[in-house]
Amino acid sequence: MKIGPVLGVLAVIVALWYGAAVWLNAAWTYDQAARDGGTVTVSLLLSDTMDQERPVLPPPHQVVGELWKGLTAFNVTSKKSLVYHSYVTLVSTFSGFLLGSLLGVLLAVSIVQSRTMELGMMPWAVISQTIPVVAIAPMIVVLSNSLGFGDHLGVSNALVSKTIIAAYLSYFPVLVGMIKGLRSPDQMQLDQLKTYSASEVQGFFKLRLPSSVPYLFTSLKVGIAASLVGAIVGELPTGAIEGLGARMLIGSQFGSPIIVWAALFAAAILAGVLILIVRVLETVVTKRMGVRA
Amino acid sequence: MSILFALGFWLACWVVNASLARSRFAAQKPVRIAIPVLFGLAILALWQGIVTGLSVPEVILPAPSSIGVAIGANLPTLWADFVQTILKGALSGYTLGAGSAFAVAVLVDRVPFLRAGLLPIGNFVAALPIVGIAPIMVMWFGFDWQSKAAVVVVMVFFPVLVNMVAGLSASDRMQRDLMATWGGSYWQTLVKLRLPAAMPFLFNGLKIAATLALIGAIVAENFGSPTVGMGFRISTAVGQLDLPLVWAEIAVAALAGSVFYGFVAALERAVTFWHPSQRGR
Repeated sequence: MKIGPVLGVLAVIVALWYGAAVWLNAAWTYDQAARDGGTVTVSLLLSDTMDQERPVLPPPHQVVGELWKGLTAFNVTSKKSLVYHSYVTLVSTFSGFLLGSLLGVLLAVSIVQSRTMELGMMPWAVISQTIPVVAIAPMIVVLSNSLGFGDHLGVSNALVSKTIIAAYLSYFPVLVGMIKGLRSPDQMQLDQLKTYSASEVQGFFKLRLPSSVPYLFTSLKVGIAASLVGAIVGELPTGAIEGLGARMLIGSQFGSPIIVWAALFAAAILAGVLILIVRVLETVVTKRMGVRA
Repeated sequence: MSILFALGFWLACWVVNASLARSRFAAQKPVRIAIPVLFGLAILALWQGIVTGLSVPEVILPAPSSIGVAIGANLPTLWADFVQTILKGALSGYTLGAGSAFAVAVLVDRVPFLRAGLLPIGNFVAALPIVGIAPIMVMWFGFDWQSKAAVVVVMVFFPVLVNMVAGLSASDRMQRDLMATWGGSYWQTLVKLRLPAAMPFLFNGLKIAATLALIGAIVAENFGSPTVGMGFRISTAVGQLDLPLVWAEIAVAALAGSVFYGFVAALERAVTFWHPSQRGR
């Protein structure tokens, strides 16, 4: 990856953004000027569109400013701190990711081992992904509240419902990748194990499982991004007051776009960090397994 | 009693499925369809049996039969919601987003600088939780379906763009050289070689985008919508504890999602019939 073109394109995007901010926020400036009976000069237009309380499109520096304020200006345990909200979302992302990956791996193993499971289960796994999970999200929230799973486990019910939604979104990529991985050993390798008179179980643990690892990590990266989406979506219908999704909801209800944009950027940073973590884990694990990059 | 019956039915389905899967007809089409259908029926029967057997209250989990009754009783509402969310919101956004991603991909492919710069960014953005722009789009475009379509456009754009750009470089050197020796122009090479070669990648992106489109259209309704639409109906029905209606909407969403996905997959089969993954079906 060359860094030059990436920075170039980024610069163009930022420039376009500033241009769009002037264009979209100009209406408000003209409105104000018409009310005061003043005229709008170019310099007034430029300075005013950059610094409105409720811009249609906040310019980049306002978003970054709000993001920075949210990250640093408050105590990390305060409800105003974006660190706190990111943490809340992160917890449900992780728990959903763990549950979803586990489910994906277990389903993949059973599908690879059993022909009946493959023919009967696989079409339903595909169909389950065509059902938009967000349609079910409010349902899951009501269910986990009325059944009170969280009370039994000693965590909040909101966490349980967000976990389920995140797991639902993240299990499928893991399932597909893991099936591919478990089937990746070729006939020659399988035959060799047979000549060693290895049992089915031995073959599974010594050949199929290790050779599925690269596929697993590729799909884990997709899976963790998906479970972040699930955690954020799960916060919307819960009427949650904590978490990045809740920040977006609050920002939209108060008509304050800067809050929404800052939460969106925080979510983007979180996604980048999560994928990075999986990538680091991947290099560590594959190195220990003796793969040379 | 009904639990036992349901368990028995489920076991019977499993035995039939297992023997079908092992029989010599397993590769044939009717059997390949019958097995998952039996699997689904068994789960429905188990669900019905458990709900009636343990007399689970309807506010927790309604039985499939009462969901069926709710579907029958609310057909006009369900249809109006379907038109608002799926046809107006998701489908128009999907067409616009995928179409513009296709055009941008062809453009990006012509300029090496853009390809080197835009692709890493596109890859990153494709992994972001883009649903978050829903509140912004609702502020910009209002409560009606236009804002939902706008969310869908952005959500669909990046996966299709990334896959299409990857697809445009899928034809190998030798094939492109051959086109050059025949004196093929840029456009001829594009239309006759590189676009067809990109189709498997494009459809990969389109299939991912198909499920994203429905998610985007429904999520955006959480941030404000007119009094019609699937997301709106589900959240109000949950509030009224009218769970059969909620499940009826979910069933419609599932059906719409599956048909949409199936349509894209069928189109893929028709367009990329030459690809190894489509042969022998």
